Formats: sequence, C-alpha cells, structure tokens
Amino acid sequence: MHAVMNEEKDIWELRLYIAGKTAKSVTALANLKRYCEEHLKDRYVIEVIDLLTKPQLAAGDQILAVPTLVKKVPEPIRKIIGDLSNEEKVLVGLDIRSTKK
Amino acid sequence: MSLNSSKQIKSSLPSLLKSPTGIPGLDEITGGGLPKGRPTLICGGTGCGKTLFSIEFIVRGAIEFNEPGVFMAFEEKTEELAANVASLGFDLDQLQKDERIKLDYVHIDRNEIEETGEYDLEGLFIRLGYAIDSIGAKRVVLDTIENLFANLNNEGILRSEIRRLFNWLKEKGVTTIITGEKGEGTLTRNGLEEYVSDCVILLDHRINNQISTRLLRIVKYRGSAHGTNEYPFLIDEDGLSVLPVTSLTLDHAVTTERISSGIPSLDKMLEGKGFYRGSSILVSGTAGTGKTSIAGSFAQATCQRGERCIYFAFEESPNQIVRNMRSIGFDLQVHIDAGLLQFHASRPTLNGLEMHLVTIHKLIREFKPQVVVVDPITNLITVGSISEVRSMLMRLIDFLQAEQITVVFTALSMNTVVGEQTDEGVSSLVDAWLLVRDIESNGERNRGMYIMKSRGMKHSNQVREFVITNEGLELVDVYLGAEGVLIGSAREAQQLQEATGVALRDHAVTRKDREVERKRLVLESKIASLREEFESVQEELNKAFVDEELRQAIMERNREQIIRNRHNDQ
Repeated sequence: MHAVMNEEKDIWELRLYIAGKTAKSVTALANLKRYCEEHLKDRYVIEVIDLLTKPQLAAGDQILAVPTLVKKVPEPIRKIIGDLSNEEKVLVGLDIRSTKK
Repeated sequence: MSLNSSKQIKSSLPSLLKSPTGIPGLDEITGGGLPKGRPTLICGGTGCGKTLFSIEFIVRGAIEFNEPGVFMAFEEKTEELAANVASLGFDLDQLQKDERIKLDYVHIDRNEIEETGEYDLEGLFIRLGYAIDSIGAKRVVLDTIENLFANLNNEGILRSEIRRLFNWLKEKGVTTIITGEKGEGTLTRNGLEEYVSDCVILLDHRINNQISTRLLRIVKYRGSAHGTNEYPFLIDEDGLSVLPVTSLTLDHAVTTERISSGIPSLDKMLEGKGFYRGSSILVSGTAGTGKTSIAGSFAQATCQRGERCIYFAFEESPNQIVRNMRSIGFDLQVHIDAGLLQFHASRPTLNGLEMHLVTIHKLIREFKPQVVVVDPITNLITVGSISEVRSMLMRLIDFLQAEQITVVFTALSMNTVVGEQTDEGVSSLVDAWLLVRDIESNGERNRGMYIMKSRGMKHSNQVREFVITNEGLELVDVYLGAEGVLIGSAREAQQLQEATGVALRDHAVTRKDREVERKRLVLESKIASLREEFESVQEELNKAFVDEELRQAIMERNREQIIRNRHNDQ
C-alpha cells in the first residue's frame, strides 16, 4: 500500500474518559463530535469510558484529569485534557491539520 | 530513655490517634507516629530521603502494623522504586502480590498533553480511590504530587484540586504522606504546606566542613506535643533511624552495684570495689600514657565477667588494639570469638558527629553491651567544634546511663598543665575522671595516675605510679621521701636502699644479741659459783651446829647413865 493511501484511510481511534455526566464531560463530548464530523467524517471511532463505572481503566491510560481525550491511533499517542473548547488546540492535538494539507 | 521521653511527650488526652511509622526513634519524637487519618507533609531538598521515608512508612505499616498502603509515585517508575529499596530488604513485588501494598506510577508527559478548557483531577481521585479500595489501604503516599505543577499549566485548577484531594483523603480516613521538594524560602516549591495543616516534617541534608549530616525536624504537628529539635537520622541497610537528640529529663535509675576496672590496685583506690555500674568514666592523659591500655583492661575485665562490651575505636584498627593488648597480657581475641567483645573502628571523619552518635546508638541497641569504650573522644574534634562534641557526648552519656551501661572514654590532653585541661568539656559530665600523666624526672619518664573525681564514693587522693607490665597494669605506691615524691628508678633505688638498711640493721642487732647472751652466760656461771660457796659455808655452819647438839646429847646421855648408876648403888 502507498503511504498516501494509508494516510487517507487512517481511522482515528479516540477515547474520551469522563467521570459521570458532568457539564464538562457533556461539553467535551459535544465538542469532540462536532470537530470529528467536520474534519474526520467517517474516519473516526469514539469510545467513551466512564471512570465511575470502570475505575480500573484509569491507570492503563495514565488518566489524571477528566475529561481526557486520548488519541491512540494514528501514532503518536496524544492526550488532550479539558472540555475541548479550544478547537485550534484540539485539532493540533489530534494531528488533523497536518493530515489535511 | 526511649520509654521515658515518649511518656513525657505523649499527651495525656487520647484525642489524637496516631499511626506508628515503625521508624526507630521517630515514633518517640512524635509521641506515637503520624496523625492517623490525616495528611502529613514530608519536605526537603533533593536526596534528603523523602521517598525512602515514605516507602518505609508504607512497608512497615504493611508488615508491622497490618495496615495496607498505596504508594502513588509521580517521579519514579514502580520497578525503579522496587529496585531502589530492595537493598533495604523491602520486597515490594512480594508485598504487592500479597496485596498488602500497591504501587501506582503516575506518568505525566508534558509533550503528550494538550490542555483546552475546563477540567478537574477526578481521574486521579478515581484511580487513587480504586487502589485504596482494592487492598483496603489505611496508608497512602503521594510522591511527589508537585510533579503535577511541572506538567500541567492551569495552576488555579491544580491548587483547588489538590485542596480537594487532601480533604477527600481525610474523609476516607487514610493516613497520608505527601512529599514535597524544598523551594526557595518556602518549605515546598509550590506551597503545598498551605494545604497540609496537620503535620509537617522537614528533612535536611547538611554539609558542614565536608561532613554530611542528615537532620529531621518536625515543623508542625497540630494537636500534639512533639520534639522541636533537629534530630539527626541515618539511612543505612535497615532503613531510617532517628535519634532523639536529648533526653528531656535527668531521671534515670541508678544502681549501687560496682564493677571492677580490671586493675585490682585501681579498684583498691575506689573503696576496693571499683566503679559504679552505669557510670561514665573519663581517662585522660597525654600521649603514650596508657589510656588505651586502661580501656583495654576494662574491656577485658568486662568480658571475663561474661558481660558484653563494645569498643568504638577512632584511632586504631581492631587488630592493632588486639595485638597491642596481647603484649600486656590481655587476650581480647578470645572474647571477640566468644561474641562478648565487638569492635567498631572508624575514622571520625567518616561522617558527622550526629551520624557517629546514631551509629553508636544503633550498635548499642543491637549488641546490648554492659560496657562501652570510646577511644578516644579527642579525635571527634576533627569533625566538630568543642561545643558540638560536648553536646554529642552529653547525649551519649544520657543514653548510656538510661540503659545502665558503663562507659569509658579516653581523651588525649594536649597540654600538660593538669587542671586547666577540660577534655572537650566532658569532665563535668562524667562520674569518674582518671588522669594519667607523664612525670619526668632524673632523665626518665614515668606515668603517674590519680583520680580527679569519682562521684558518690570515697576515693584515694594519692598519686600512684602506673606501671604497665607483661601481665597487665598495676598501680604502685609512689615513694614519699625527704626529697619529695619518688617514682620510677628513683623509687626503686630508694626501695633498694631501704632494703639494704634493713639488712644492715638486722646484722647489727644479731651481734648485740649474741653479746648479751654471752654476758648472761658469764653472769649466770658467776651466780652458780657464788651459790655453791654459800652452800659450803652453810654446810660448815650446819656441821658445827650438829656437832654441838651431838656432843650435848651424848653428855646428857652420859649424865643420865651416871645418875642411873648411882641409884642402882642405893
């Protein structure tokens, strides 16, 4: 496969860690969905993990803050913490801008 | 001391529960440990032992007090941590398997993290809460939470979250240690002390004259009395040990039991019984006066009684001392082999005074000797000022007296003017002070010894000549003659002279006796001849008398015969 093709077909595997349905987590999820629809249509998977129900998962991804968005694939792993209100920062963090050019 | 001082510190009200650390000495200073169910801040510079302190708290809690603990590391990976403390005999992996402790390494990398908008640290709470609940932890360490400040930008959120974290930990009722790096002019770089109001302990690692000393100080302990001094502590193969600097009282028990000094003639100077058990004895003198020999003799006597002795040598190696003592008839090797005698030789410059003190304490607690020898204390001056040495020795004496251990110090006097020498100022602290000094006269040097003081007993005020022989040490009465005090060969000459005098006199007396005897014999024979003369005279006289009587009797008889005859004629 060609590198270019590969890049085109990359699937963004995103995990959003939250702790209950707080205002911050709701905002974060809404923001994330909006950015993905806009920039990564059909190329993303969002998994929401509620630490209140699965606390044992916090250590695995080194989660301290909530909400935390973890981008596992494509590499490198990046974490974005906060309610994702700054679109610019989120897009940089998810390496979305770089793939578009 | 341990019991006494902790009793003194412990408040009478059982209001504040404490969680013992198990670190020797620390629980005495804090009166029982860290505040139970509350956070304690341990702060200090790099390499001061914060992490070790906290890991020991967790491990000892799990092993000794059956309180499982969670160690949340923000700096070191758990494997590194386990490897670092393996040298102390803490098997973290096994403890983790047994679910008695839980290590959690929190990794934050600034490079992988982007912050946008509002967030909180609920993830950390959940993670910690999960760890605590999974093993039923009673103790928690956060080492060091300040790392968050370096990796997260939003200080406002951090501060409020940390405050919330500590409150949350209090609510959970876990005893927590939070470590913090010392900052410029503040206890911690990020002002963690603002949030921990219950107990703050400061660790320090101070270098003075190239000698390092670790010190611990309780800055604050709300709701509890505590020692406020800087306490030296030691990190060695058994972990931390803290030394309470001064015992607070002078109420240790005393005994009237006496123990021999190993020199019979010295014992004789002390009412014939020797020193009190548990007393402190200083032997001071100029170079080469036999101080070490006296100390060795004391050690020898101790071991011969079947008691244990520990010998701290700051000048000579153990082998050297053993060899030298053999030359005066003490075989110390036997006692070493029998486990009664232990040598601990180190250069004074090995570590600071406080460290020496901690080491001495530790060895004494382990070996439990009845007698301790410190030879010599003078060398300690190379690592501290006179007042520091004095305060260290005072604490050592305090400790030993409380434990009823007899101690012999030797000290080298620099000047020969006796009486002005203060011997590191300990002479007022000790119970007995022997002074050995050179006496130079008639082209030779001899040793004189006297007892400067000996508390609580009559003691000889005589200067004795101190003689080191192949069979041991001896004190000889000096000769007091018309020319003053005679010692050494002068004394021996004097003694010889006296012996000669006695022989001569003896001889003279015998001659006189014989003459008298002869005179007596002559006189007695004279008396005999006189008596005989008297007897012959007496006999002569008697004879005349008897003759007269005879004649008269015969004449009487004749007359009667004549009368009878005449009557017959009628």
